[in-house]
Amino acid sequence: MTVTTVANRDVHVDHEGFLTEYTEWDESLAVELAKAIGIDELSEDHWRTIKFLREDYVTQGETPTLRRVSVVGGIPTKLLFTLFPSKPAKKMAYVAGLPKPVGCV
Amino acid sequence: MTTTQTIPTLVPDFGDETNRKICFICSKGTLDMAYPALIMANAALSEGVECHLFFTFWGMDMINKKTMDDLKFTILGNPAAHMWMGLGGVPGMTAMATQQMKKRIADLGVPEVPEFLQLLADSGAHLWACKMSVDMMGLTKEDMFDEVEDIINAADFIEVADGAQVIFI
Repeated sequence: MTVTTVANRDVHVDHEGFLTEYTEWDESLAVELAKAIGIDELSEDHWRTIKFLREDYVTQGETPTLRRVSVVGGIPTKLLFTLFPSKPAKKMAYVAGLPKPVGCV
Repeated sequence: MTTTQTIPTLVPDFGDETNRKICFICSKGTLDMAYPALIMANAALSEGVECHLFFTFWGMDMINKKTMDDLKFTILGNPAAHMWMGLGGVPGMTAMATQQMKKRIADLGVPEVPEFLQLLADSGAHLWACKMSVDMMGLTKEDMFDEVEDIINAADFIEVADGAQVIFI
């Protein structure tokens, strides 16, 4: 087990730094996680994405892929690339306090 | 016993500074040979890698509006189907095999070819059509999927592929 400190709070993470305990996340932590990867402000679209990810994770048992966020969550792929530049799938999972998505598409 | 390791600051390295670039040459027009490039290109894009797909010869079927939604899979001449080879020649067998494969793909939540290409374009992929194939098949830009950027010749492709990893399918 690895523990790291985010905003003066101890959280459990995997070897890369993704949170491993669903319940240790809250919205104030998301703001700090986002800042740590260069997203200085979370817009309404960011929050909509994060909320979909967390809700979907509970029902499906795994982090949704980009396509699922677009098809089921209704957030267009182009927008996801703007909100979480370069590597949207991994970045949004990180900010949402979830593991990396495992699906290919 | 579980040991706990404490690391003061641990943030994933998303490697945003990557200048990696990947090019797929899509030369096949069968359903089973369309997917490898689509899936790998999608993975590359979500990893922040610049991505180009160059469609040539039978690969033109993947971007031809008339055929892109109607690619087929046949067991004929395909020993990996593990069936009696002659069965592939039976009328209706290709349609059945195609339907089966499409169902398996859909069950995995993977889109059909036109939707998949749109997903790639929305993710920033560059789609190119091969000039010689276009001329040979008597096609125009209007016959092609709207997201195809341009019709380019072999020399243009070599320029596009400068510094890229090139995968021929």
